Amino acid sequence: MQRYSVFAVAREALRFHKGWERAWASPEPKKKYDVIIIGAGGHGLATAYYLGMNHGIRNVAVIEKGWLGGGNTGRNTTIIRSNYLQDPSAAIYEKARSLYETMSQDLNYNVMFSPRGVMMLAQTEHEVRGYKRTAHANSLQGVSTEFITPERVKELCPIMEIRGPRYPVLGALWQARGGTARHDAVAWGYARACSAMGMDIIQKCEVTGIRTEGGQVKGVSTSKGEIDCDKLAIVVAGHSGQVAEMAGFRLPIESLALQALVSEPIKPCMDVVVMANTVHGYMSQSDKGEMVIGGGTDGFNNYTQRGSFHHIEETVRALVETFPIISRLKMLRQWGGIVDMTGDRSPILSKTPVHNIFINCGWGTGGFKAIPGSGWAMAELVAKGEPGPLAAEFGLNRFREGRFIDESVAAGVAH
Amino acid sequence: MLILHCPYCGVDADETELAAGGEAHLKRFGPGSSDEEFEGYLFGRENPRGVHLERWRHAHGCGKWFHAARCTATLEVFGTYSAQVTEPPAEIREAITAKRPGWSWREFS
Ligand SMILES: Cc1cc2nc3c(=O)[nH]c(=O)nc-3n(C[C@H](O)[C@H](O)[C@H](O)COP(=O)(O)OP(=O)(O)OC[C@H]3O[C@@H](n4cnc5c(N)ncnc54)[C@H](O)[C@@H]3O)c2cc1C
Ligand SMILES: [Zn+2]
Repeated sequence: MQRYSVFAVAREALRFHKGWERAWASPEPKKKYDVIIIGAGGHGLATAYYLGMNHGIRNVAVIEKGWLGGGNTGRNTTIIRSNYLQDPSAAIYEKARSLYETMSQDLNYNVMFSPRGVMMLAQTEHEVRGYKRTAHANSLQGVSTEFITPERVKELCPIMEIRGPRYPVLGALWQARGGTARHDAVAWGYARACSAMGMDIIQKCEVTGIRTEGGQVKGVSTSKGEIDCDKLAIVVAGHSGQVAEMAGFRLPIESLALQALVSEPIKPCMDVVVMANTVHGYMSQSDKGEMVIGGGTDGFNNYTQRGSFHHIEETVRALVETFPIISRLKMLRQWGGIVDMTGDRSPILSKTPVHNIFINCGWGTGGFKAIPGSGWAMAELVAKGEPGPLAAEFGLNRFREGRFIDESVAAGVAH
Repeated sequence: MLILHCPYCGVDADETELAAGGEAHLKRFGPGSSDEEFEGYLFGRENPRGVHLERWRHAHGCGKWFHAARCTATLEVFGTYSAQVTEPPAEIREAITAKRPGWSWREFS
């Protein structure tokens, strides 16, 4: 792998940029791999990366039906935070957040991690109590957050109307080391690092069937033929139900559309991320100057990557009330992704009824922030066959045992 | 925008009038059932990419619950039907079969 650096840029400048290599290879599939990962989103690619880095397993293929990062990883609004209520969530999301801090250096790829601070507004008494409780839980978990006053909110984000008529701002949960990163770069950076370790990233290759024998995985059928494997990891977010069905089991998951939109670029006006869960909207400003906006999921099962207009309207209405200056902004683009929702709004990292098939899904509306931590934990699960401490609580068996990791009360709009 | 015909009041209701109620025809389990049965009933979902049988409520209309058969891959609606049944009636099944031959849904198709 050619290292990126200021010297490389200077060298290439002198030879008209003719010496850059492709960032990753596009090989044809081999007959057999030690591990096949279905889905080249952030979670699949991070799993591959840590299989190689932490466990020395490099005979790995990542199989993607579209293009890498073309699923939710390239469709999200890139909020990164770890201020969750429950201990298992705080552990895995904080692991991920801390890995984001050094990801650009680790991958030698600029993922533009920007710990600009994330604030979650409290706009009802109930939310004030809820977020104070979360701040206390976070200090026990070693996650640095604080509950701040409306005056401090206004200081951090002057364009906000904190005395709105319906829902005045009563305070906020503030995580100063939360922020954003460039979503595509996360997928590309991992892909480049995996390719450099000799792993195969196979795009435009859809998995259409899973072959098993005596309760043990044998391989997958794909649009590029049969491929064998010793172990299989399913990491396909919104399509988890479909792929699990190929292996013969059902999941506690429903797939819904989640939308986002961006405005025309404007001058810098907001250097923090603001989430307003009561009114269902959140916003940040990208480095290009666009206001990046999102809200809650649509209501019904949907695989179309399109959402309903009235949900967008609801989100924009809420944000115009919170940020009056955006009322005349033109919106540039709107899109949807298919998110995988579990009953307790927590992810699944688990063994499955089929031996040596593992699944990582259920990140729903909020898995971008978790990519490195999830990959770290999933690689351990796949390599050892048993979950390590980060994944242990997120098994499928929790639904049978009634041992939920309930984050649904903690955040109405959980990104 | 999704438009569903309410089989109770006869209105062709816009999505904004309706509240989605999730997967239909779940088999209920009560006291004395096994953990596995409860898990399936409470959390296991078909979640198909294709024909989906689901519950809706005409929330900002007559207020009644009803059923709909819809495709989650195209958002095409095959028909709506009464809430007072445990499986889709023959004409709904025929309407689905006409458009999606070979479809299936749990134990019936
Ligand atoms: C609008 C929106 C906003 C969001 N905002 C945030 C946010 O601010 N912060 C945050 O933390 N999270 C956010 N999320 C959630 C986040 O995007 C996801 O949780 C995360 O990206 C999931 O990553 P993944 O790798 O699991 O899935 P994906 O990136 O969806 O990757 C799965 C891949 O599997 C592939 N695949 C599926 N089926 C097959 C098959 N049969 N064969 C081969 N390949 C297959 C797909 O093509 C896809 O590329 C948001 C999501 C959306 C949609
Ligand atoms: Zn009605």
